[in-house]
Amino acid sequence: MSDLRKVSSNPHIRAKDTTAKIMLTVVVALLPATFFGIYNFGPRALLIIAISVATTVLTEYLFEKICKKRNTVGDFSAVVTGLLLALNLPVSVPWWIPVVGGVFAILVVKMLFGGLGQNFMNPALAGRCFLLLSFTSIMTNFDCDAYTGATPLAAIRAGEGVMVRDMIIGRTAGTIGETSMIAIVIGACILILAGVIDLKVPGSYLASFAVFVALFAALSGKTVSAPYISAQLAGGGLMLGAFFMATDYVTRPVTKKGQYVFGIFLGFLTAVFRIFGASAEGVSYAIIIGNLLVPLIEKVTMPKCFGRGGERS
Amino acid sequence: MSKPGGAGERLLNGIVKENPTFVLTLGMCPTLAVTTSAVNGLGMGLTTMAVLALSNMIISALRKIIPDKVRIPAFIVIIASFVTVMQLLLQGFLPDLYQSLGVYIPLIVVNCIILGRAEAYASKNSVWSSLFDGIGMGLGFSVALTCIGAVREILGAGEIFGFHIMPKSYVPFSIFVMAPGAFFVLAILTAIQNKVKIAGEKKGRDMSKIQSGCSEDCMHCGQAGSCEHKFYDTAKTQKEGR
Repeated sequence: MSDLRKVSSNPHIRAKDTTAKIMLTVVVALLPATFFGIYNFGPRALLIIAISVATTVLTEYLFEKICKKRNTVGDFSAVVTGLLLALNLPVSVPWWIPVVGGVFAILVVKMLFGGLGQNFMNPALAGRCFLLLSFTSIMTNFDCDAYTGATPLAAIRAGEGVMVRDMIIGRTAGTIGETSMIAIVIGACILILAGVIDLKVPGSYLASFAVFVALFAALSGKTVSAPYISAQLAGGGLMLGAFFMATDYVTRPVTKKGQYVFGIFLGFLTAVFRIFGASAEGVSYAIIIGNLLVPLIEKVTMPKCFGRGGERS
Repeated sequence: MSKPGGAGERLLNGIVKENPTFVLTLGMCPTLAVTTSAVNGLGMGLTTMAVLALSNMIISALRKIIPDKVRIPAFIVIIASFVTVMQLLLQGFLPDLYQSLGVYIPLIVVNCIILGRAEAYASKNSVWSSLFDGIGMGLGFSVALTCIGAVREILGAGEIFGFHIMPKSYVPFSIFVMAPGAFFVLAILTAIQNKVKIAGEKKGRDMSKIQSGCSEDCMHCGQAGSCEHKFYDTAKTQKEGR
């Protein structure tokens, strides 16, 4: 063995993860929900997804071209944003809705703040909320060939009974990717097994949501039962939001304690919006409001350096 | 360019160089709240301009009489008097505009631009310069508010000054007439004017030399972040140092 040692500065051990690899894993994990959405709502769902992904990728490419910045389309984060945005749209939207939402998500929320890693809220969700505020009637019209009538959440809100089994399989009205709990959980398992996400945020989110929604429903005089709680858990964008959007690396806290605080806060907000809010769904708003509080949560939960803090003797 | 303190220089200063909305970012409350349409923006801007010009003039005329210790209450009394006058005039002659501006008319009293110009300019300069400073600042504010209002009205309602201009198939982005739209439009218009300004400077045109009221002490200056003077000077010193 040679006596020469290679001297270099740290880090000495490098993980093989790259942004592109992680984002591709997320895309693969979203595929079950995507395929189920296409199966459930027909080929039009595929068209909406294609337009959305094409818009986000093209917007990122053109922005970087015009501003003479390094091309980052290859990291697949724009594909994830486009896919998530499409999965959050009803299937009946006109073709320009995913275009407007995609441009807003990438251009305003992501690129103007400095690109991936600098965006202060989840671009796909911000795009969806932008569309929801701008075109409320289009975005809340869930009628399509396969289903007419209210989404399960709206039905629960109106006091009607819902089939929890249908909601878990996904044979209900709703946005393209949110209906099937099974498909989303399969995707979530892929992410967890691949080590892309862990259960800190989604676990604390879902658990605290169940507790708070039971509490608030009891407070507002509704009968709280196991089917009610499970319908609330399976309904709407909660599963998709908890596993795919609240866990976004950029917009969740980095500290362990902070991630629990973040999850519990999201559960609380979602329950407040669903029980006391004006509309039946509140996951999107809960997550983007949670995103805004992430810097504060990190500040409070940042662990102390060794030798700092504690009582002075 | 015209001499400092002259009418032309003051007007240009208020509209372009120290535009109260895009450069000084003062008076954000009415800027964000009332610009849901171009007419509202223009109305708010012109009302503020009238108050600004008149109060600047009176404060400048009284600047040697008002004791330094009580100058802020004295300014507020003068400004509030003119706001009351404007409020009654609007109520009497433009009741529609009065209705749509609502509580933001009495709130002109606490608009930072007015008190800011009284404190920073009118209390130190002649009546003539102060009058034009007020008109310039007011025009700058009006231009900015009308621009923001026009963009929001076109995107959010498909109209401009109440005339329908977008094709029938256009579905308005109602977010632009809601509160978030005000922030989007303000930020993007500010970015565009910065872009234009910086491009202008690169061509060698001296668009922003020194902010008025500059003490040449960038360390203790609230404007240091937005003031080009500092960067200009450091670059020069570094060059000379080499």
